[in-house]
Amino acid sequence: MAVNASAGAAFELKGRMAPFTVLQVGTAEIDAVLGQLDARLAQAPDFFAGMPLVVAPAEGVSLDGATLEALVGGLRERALLPVAASGLPAETAAVAGLGLIRNLEASRSGSGESGRRDTPARAAPGAARVVTQPVRSGQQVYARGGDLVVTAPVSAGAELMADGHIHVYDTLRGRALAGVQGDENARIFCQSLKAELIAIAGQYRLSDQIDAGLRDAPAMAWLRDGELELNAL
Amino acid sequence: MARIVVVTSGKGGVGKTTTSAAFGAGLARAGYRTVVVDFDVGLRNLDLIMGCERRVVYDFVNVINGEANLNQALIRDKRVDGLEILPASQTRDKDALTFEGVQSVLETLASTHDYVICDSPAGIERGAHLAMYFADDALVVTNPEVSSVRDSDRVLGLLSSKTRRAEQGDEPVKEHLVVTRYAAARVGKGEMLSIEDICEILSIDLLGVVPESTAVLNASNAGVPVIMEDKTDAGQAYDDIVSRYLGEARDHRFLTEKKGLFGRLFKG
Ligand SMILES: Nc1ncnc2c1ncn2[C@@H]1O[C@H](COP(=O)(O)OP(=O)(O)O)[C@@H](O)[C@H]1O
Ligand SMILES: [Mg+2]
Repeated sequence: MAVNASAGAAFELKGRMAPFTVLQVGTAEIDAVLGQLDARLAQAPDFFAGMPLVVAPAEGVSLDGATLEALVGGLRERALLPVAASGLPAETAAVAGLGLIRNLEASRSGSGESGRRDTPARAAPGAARVVTQPVRSGQQVYARGGDLVVTAPVSAGAELMADGHIHVYDTLRGRALAGVQGDENARIFCQSLKAELIAIAGQYRLSDQIDAGLRDAPAMAWLRDGELELNAL
Repeated sequence: MARIVVVTSGKGGVGKTTTSAAFGAGLARAGYRTVVVDFDVGLRNLDLIMGCERRVVYDFVNVINGEANLNQALIRDKRVDGLEILPASQTRDKDALTFEGVQSVLETLASTHDYVICDSPAGIERGAHLAMYFADDALVVTNPEVSSVRDSDRVLGLLSSKTRRAEQGDEPVKEHLVVTRYAAARVGKGEMLSIEDICEILSIDLLGVVPESTAVLNASNAGVPVIMEDKTDAGQAYDDIVSRYLGEARDHRFLTEKKGLFGRLFKG
C-alpha cells in the first residue's frame, strides 16, 4: 500500500526537542576517552543507549577530522547517538559526517529567559515517564529529560534514574538517582523508604547512612546547599 | 490450545522439579491432558522424580535435532491417565536447545494437550530464558530465604520483559507465587522469612505454600510425584495449589507450626 503524499501535510515542524548532552572531550587521545566511557557504560548501559550527543572539544584541546571521525565511530559502536559537533571548524565536523552547531552556549540556554547559562538539561514540562509495573531486581528505568513516576514497588537490586524528580507511590527498596544530569533541584519522593541508595545530582547516601527513624515511612530527599537532606513526609 | 506454564525460580534446588511433577500430575488427575517438559538439559531429573527414568529412549534434544519424533520421545505416565513427560537429555550441553526447536516442539505439544508444564533449569541464562519465553502462566518457586526471594524477583522482571507475551505487547504472563520448603518453626525463630514478608517483597498472588517435609524426599526416592501421596502434608499442599490454579477457593494451610494430632499423624 503506497503512502498517499497529497492526503495531508507532508511534514510538521515540532517545537519541542529532546535535550542533548554535550560530550566535552578533554583529550585528543580517543582510546582514553572511549576507555573511560566504557567504564561508565558498564555501570549504566540503559542510561547511555541512544543518548543524543553533541561532541565538543574542551578548551585547549584540538581535534582533527580523522580523530573526530574515529571518536564518532566509537560512540556509534557503543549505541550512542552523536548528532552534531561544536567548537570546531565546519570542515572538521564534516569529515566525521556531523553537522555543526555554531553557538552551543546560545542554543543550550536558548529556550527563553528561564534558561540560566549553566542550568543543566531540565525536564520539559509534562515529559514525565510513568511506570505502573513493579521494577524488579536487575531492571533499570531511566527517565531522560524529565521526571520518573512509579506507581508500583521498586525491588532491592533495581535502579531508577531521572534527569528530573523521582516519585515512587509504593515501597522503594532499590536505588534511586534523581537529577542525574546535574539538576540540583531534583527531588526524590517515596511512599515507604527502604532504599539501598538515594542520590541527587551525584550526592548520595547508602541505606546504612539513612536514619532509622526515616525508614519504612513516606520520605523526601533533596539538596539543601548541595547537601543531601532526607525528611519524613 | 494448551496453556503453557513455566515453573521457574532463578535459584537452584528450591523445588522447581518437585513442583513441576506434582503440578503436572495434579492437572492430569483433574482430567486435563498434561505434558511436563524437562528443560534442564545436562542435569535431567524430572524423569527420576516421576519414576520413568528407565523408559527414556529419546529426549527433547533428539526431537529438536530431528533424530526422533515427538511421539517416540514422549513417555506416558503409568499411574495417571493423560500425563506425559518429555525428558531432557543427560548427555548434551545446554546449547543443544535452539529457539526455533523449542518453539516448534511447544507449539506441537500445545495443539494436543491442555497444559504444557515447562520445568526450568536454574539461573537466568539461555535454558531458563527458553523455558519461560513462550509461557502464558508462571509458577515462581521461592524458598523463605533472602537470596531465593531476590532471585525470584529477578525472574519476575524477566517474565515481564523477556517473554513472547511481553515482547508482543500481549496480556502479561500470569504470575503465581509458590513458596516451598516452608518451615513455620524456623520462621517463628526469625531464621526464615515469613509468608507476609515474601508476599510483600514480591507483590504477586500467592498460589500456595508447601511445607518442608520428609514426604518430598520419600516420594522422589519412590519415583512418585508427591501429590499422589494424599496423606502427606506436602501432597495436600500441592493438591491445594492445583485446585486454586483451576479456580477453586481454598484457604491457605501449613502456615503455622501445628503440633496437634493432625500434624503429627500426617507428618511425612
Ligand atoms: N517441600 C519440600 N520439603 C523438603 N524437601 C524438598 C521440598 N521441596 C523440594 N525438596 C528437596 O529439595 C531438593 C531440590 O528440589 P528440586 O525440586 O529438584 O529443586 P529444583 O528443581 O528447583 O532444583 C530435592 O532434594 C528435593 O527433594
Ligand atoms: Mg530441577
